[in-house]
Amino acid sequence: MDIAALKAMNEERRARRAAVMVTDLDDGTTTLMRENAGAGGELGRALAKAFATGNSAAVEADGRRLLLNTHLPRPRLVVIGAVHISQALAPMARIAGYPVEVIDPRTAFASADRFGDVELYADWPETVLKERPLDAYCALAAVTHDPKIDDFALKAALDAGCFYVGALGSRKTHAKRVERLLEMGATADAIARISAPIGLDIGAASPAEIAVAVLAQVVRAFRTRGATADAARPAKGEAA
Amino acid sequence: MESIAPLDDVRDPLIIAEGWVDEGRHVAIATVVETWGSAPRPVGSHLVIDAQGNFEGSVSGGCVEGAVVTEAIDVIASGAAKMLEFGVADETAWRVGLSCGGRIKVYVEKLC
Repeated sequence: MDIAALKAMNEERRARRAAVMVTDLDDGTTTLMRENAGAGGELGRALAKAFATGNSAAVEADGRRLLLNTHLPRPRLVVIGAVHISQALAPMARIAGYPVEVIDPRTAFASADRFGDVELYADWPETVLKERPLDAYCALAAVTHDPKIDDFALKAALDAGCFYVGALGSRKTHAKRVERLLEMGATADAIARISAPIGLDIGAASPAEIAVAVLAQVVRAFRTRGATADAARPAKGEAA
Repeated sequence: MESIAPLDDVRDPLIIAEGWVDEGRHVAIATVVETWGSAPRPVGSHLVIDAQGNFEGSVSGGCVEGAVVTEAIDVIASGAAKMLEFGVADETAWRVGLSCGGRIKVYVEKLC
């Protein structure tokens, strides 16, 4: 591996961009591949799989023995609303490998007393997301029920191409939300990516159970990125 | 506001390797290329080694790191990459609960 390739890859990783280091195991040469670089043939298919799964693998492609070493950014789960659901979701998600950040401008909700060592921002999403921008490896769950707090973050998540966008609220609440998001300039296709009502339909009733439903939906969205639209998007019978 | 934790590991071998190179150290990178059976570290796992035998990261649960470090020092000296294969099938190791009984292939290359 040459030093320039190593530095280039570390730079991609620091910037939270996916990258695959391709090593030719016969001649030792290395090539850094970025997502959607447009490689074709057997290598292109192997790269697509690597970016989708995050797995590294040795492959035979186009007559060469190659090692694909895959580096995906660690997913971040950004939760809008320091509510009861978030108190349960934060520790569960952290254990599952999705570190949580909670944003809520209401200081009575966003208090260290309620959240312990969870990364907590007692400020408006407009302010926090400017400092800590969303990206394709972020999931956003908006659970305040308050359009003043949720709407900006939802639009920002759609614009950033977050792999998961979910919003708490009944179908009726969501219908009104769709109207507001359209007025904010979101397209109908983008809005259709929002999982609402939020969470897989497991009959969740308590805040902690709803947290399980949301976390399961986030995991599925992450593991089916780039798969068929049907798998990534809320299907029938999902609610909370 | 604290900065976003950018990487998937606190002690990231490839970041450490970059730092070592910047200090002027000669460095080899060992990478798990293939696994069979119950190998403890997945394909893509790295061990980075310098010419003095300092190392960070892992390619197994501590079973073969010593051997990889020795080979890596040769690779740093010669500049020629090597493919190493290890069978980890020791009855004693199994009984004390190590996740052994697998085989791994490790590619060792000089960073140059």
